[in-house]
Amino acid sequence: MGRTDRIAEPWGRRTPYARGEAWPARVDTRLADGLAPEDVDRWVQSASILHSNGDGLDIAVKDGRIAGVRGRAGDRVNHGRLGPKDLFGWQANASPDRLRRPLVRQGGELVETDWDTAMDRVAARTRELMEERGPSSIGFYTTGQLFAEEYYTLTLIARGGIGTNHLDGNTRLCTSTAAEALKESFACDGQPGSYTDIDHADTIALFGHNMAETQTVLWTRVLDRLAGPNPPVVVCVDPRPTPVARAATVHLAPRPGTNLALMNGLLHEIIRNGWTDEDYIDRHVTGYGELRERLEAYTPEHVADICGVPAEQITGTARLLGTAERLLSTVLQGFYQSHQATAASVQVNNLHLVRGMLGRPGCGVLQMNGQPTAQNTRECGANGDMPGFRNWENDAHMADLARVWNVDPLNIPHYAPPTHALQMFRYAEEGSIRMLWISGTNPAVSLPELRRIRSVLSQDRLFLVVQDAFLTETARLADVVLPAAIWGEKTGTFTNADRTVHLSEKAVEPPGEARSDLEIFCDYARRLDFRDKDGGPLVPWNDPEAAFEGWKECSRGRPCDYTGITYAKLRGSGGIQWPCDEDHPEGTERLYADGAFWSRPDYCESYGRDLITGAPLEETEYRALNPDGRAVLKAASYFPPHEAPGGDHPFALITGRTLYHFHTRTKTARAPQLQAAAPEVWVEISPRDAAAHGIGEGDLVEIGTPRGTVRARARISGIRDDVLFLPFHYGYWDTGGGDGPDGAGRAANELTITDWDPVSKQPLFKTAAARLRRVEAGGGPAPAPTTTASAPATAGTVPATRGGAAGEAEDDLPATPTGGSR
Amino acid sequence: MKLGLVLHEVHRGENSLARMLTRLSATHKTDHEVHHVARDIAEWSHQHVRELAEAAAHHGVRLDDEPRQEPAAAEWLREKTGELVGRRPETGLLLLRDLRRTYLKAAEVSVDWELLAQTAQAAKDAELLALTKRCHPQTLRQERWANAMIKVVSPQVLTT
Repeated sequence: MGRTDRIAEPWGRRTPYARGEAWPARVDTRLADGLAPEDVDRWVQSASILHSNGDGLDIAVKDGRIAGVRGRAGDRVNHGRLGPKDLFGWQANASPDRLRRPLVRQGGELVETDWDTAMDRVAARTRELMEERGPSSIGFYTTGQLFAEEYYTLTLIARGGIGTNHLDGNTRLCTSTAAEALKESFACDGQPGSYTDIDHADTIALFGHNMAETQTVLWTRVLDRLAGPNPPVVVCVDPRPTPVARAATVHLAPRPGTNLALMNGLLHEIIRNGWTDEDYIDRHVTGYGELRERLEAYTPEHVADICGVPAEQITGTARLLGTAERLLSTVLQGFYQSHQATAASVQVNNLHLVRGMLGRPGCGVLQMNGQPTAQNTRECGANGDMPGFRNWENDAHMADLARVWNVDPLNIPHYAPPTHALQMFRYAEEGSIRMLWISGTNPAVSLPELRRIRSVLSQDRLFLVVQDAFLTETARLADVVLPAAIWGEKTGTFTNADRTVHLSEKAVEPPGEARSDLEIFCDYARRLDFRDKDGGPLVPWNDPEAAFEGWKECSRGRPCDYTGITYAKLRGSGGIQWPCDEDHPEGTERLYADGAFWSRPDYCESYGRDLITGAPLEETEYRALNPDGRAVLKAASYFPPHEAPGGDHPFALITGRTLYHFHTRTKTARAPQLQAAAPEVWVEISPRDAAAHGIGEGDLVEIGTPRGTVRARARISGIRDDVLFLPFHYGYWDTGGGDGPDGAGRAANELTITDWDPVSKQPLFKTAAARLRRVEAGGGPAPAPTTTASAPATAGTVPATRGGAAGEAEDDLPATPTGGSR
Repeated sequence: MKLGLVLHEVHRGENSLARMLTRLSATHKTDHEVHHVARDIAEWSHQHVRELAEAAAHHGVRLDDEPRQEPAAAEWLREKTGELVGRRPETGLLLLRDLRRTYLKAAEVSVDWELLAQTAQAAKDAELLALTKRCHPQTLRQERWANAMIKVVSPQVLTT
């Protein structure tokens, strides 16, 4: 048994392995100080909640409190490993400032009350609005952090009970492009690849995906391959010097907003050199002719001009991708939150389709998610989708959903695509949405252009309900605040980015009167007395397992089929990948193994959209593509971002995350080790740009855009010239401001532009034009981690990020590997 | 031959569609998707105007190759007005009206492209035919976009 400072070494000890071998297990454990494993009262099965990787873990319980975590050696995802956020984040559950009682606004102040008073207020306002203004005056904005049972219940209430089209998740900000890219290429959501593809790949390409910081355990798997015999080639596309870039064989750092041009250039070279699988294309793909035509203009030289990447690097990278025999590609926010998000992400799918590299070990695409349960938000119909990947444009699908819910099909709005989050905020802004119920997310920090968002949320005419564990910036603006139980305090299932379903069991009681999101939604349904066609209760369940059984029925026969999964089967298991049904009782590791896609017009989830205008295709247009069981190659031309740097605003501003924090830090800032590793906002600047502005390491600078200003300490890093990076985690709850800035801004989203990809409707957090000025000397280095993309340009110039004794966790290498590839 | 007439008609229509899209973008600055996408696809019409003028010149027809733009001051005024009234529910109705006009204009231009394509076919004019094959699909995409936005916005505007 060893001990490692996991703040200083986020990925822990190496366990090298060769291609095709099983990834060795390493069991990571972190317990409360002074507690030994044998003193633990109970270990309760769960999985990680502060990222999308879905690492299996057990929660340690001592005297009715969470007292630590231990990775599950037999879990298919992590083989026992845990990341820093998993090892330390659980401490937030026991924070003294958890919400314990409901709050209601009285005379301008939020005051404590009981559940009946709070819920009666919510129910009464709902009834009033339904009568006076109709169901479209009510909207729900949820998250990627509840459980499947809770999303499904919320969807049933919103779409089937109230009959509003306005239900979306903050998954809109993290994963909607992943879903949309899959729908465009494969006509249906569903991750083609599997994490085990890392074990078999000879080339791993990460497109705008800083895996080392967003999915630390998955990156550990890559590092272990890199440390073993026959390591894979790694290709990294990112404007920052991320840990991925440092480990990569080749690192391309394109200008922000030019991903599509780069992808078009790579595909142009791959097709020109004949590195394609013509047989696969003939049999399984449609749209090849149009793709080739569209790519003609994207010569390496032309693309080099657009992207600011040398032409030789483009041809060299195309050769690596084009000659790989087992290629795994992953995509995340660098593509999803940037200009032409879906069009660029679709080209990664195209790369695999023209190379015939899908559905075999080592040949996969991982269109990643940002949040632990984002996949469930999508599947269950809470992310601007219909439950079970049903197609809102297909009347037979909607009739089938109405059959499952036993309601009239006309009661389920499907006259237009389900409303996306940014459109809901627009409806609230113009006053046609009058009640917004926000669960488990903090838009007052995480949405673009915060001054606008705050002004929308604080309108008198808007009745705002916020359901959360803490008094977030958003909760401070609410009319009713509902205290929610969180991970470890309730039971439910959730599904990670490679379709692995885990059960997370209740380990301890929630604090005070806090209730699970499921209980809150069920209570609301009872108060409004929603009924089905036969007069029975619309929501016939009250507990998680019954809700799961309801969801299984809804998923029956659909691509995300859960009918072969039970709570009993998940207990003790190492995770099960859907689809799991009678024919696949152990789940399904890879989709599209035989080149058979879910694209039949009567089965598919989506007919697709125009990649430039975002307009949905109609059924007849889709049928004209002849997609019967084939994947669709979709092409698009590059055009410049809407707000291009220049003049007074010469910098491209990109925002993003750091390894030690999650979202708006509601949990991670309450875990001392994580907070100490990245205590305050900073901005990353290249050495050339810093010198040009007279800025030294740690100086206080001001970043401005037409939307506002932020002050942050400067970290001089290896970021691309003319680009600034701000982490988006830092809001105001732990400053004097409370819900907004008290003086200079701290939240990166004061600066971001309100603009979204018209196809996926994902906001663009990585294309804004900014100016920069030095304010004053800082008196020390910037509060930015040195272990990550924010490392100083010159190593050793600032003290290294360390956790010391407090940051230590145990890592045990069992004698015999218990994990193994499935 | 009436080719000159048809070319003039498409050229006039594209200029007018571009102006309509640019105005739509400016007036509805607070409807961000409309604001951005209308501007992006107005660029298609500008390109069509340039290509039409070039093709027309080969046929002895003179058309201005510079797309007619709205004066910057007028656009600024439109944007500011849009921002000021952007919080009122009536803006939804105005948006619907403007999208409807844009859709109808795009449909009109689409018909004229059809006429031009038919003329080119009959005259066995490969260059003109290629031009219509390049441009007409984009007109159809502009039309479908306006239609799709109408579908999204109208239930909210007309029922709440």
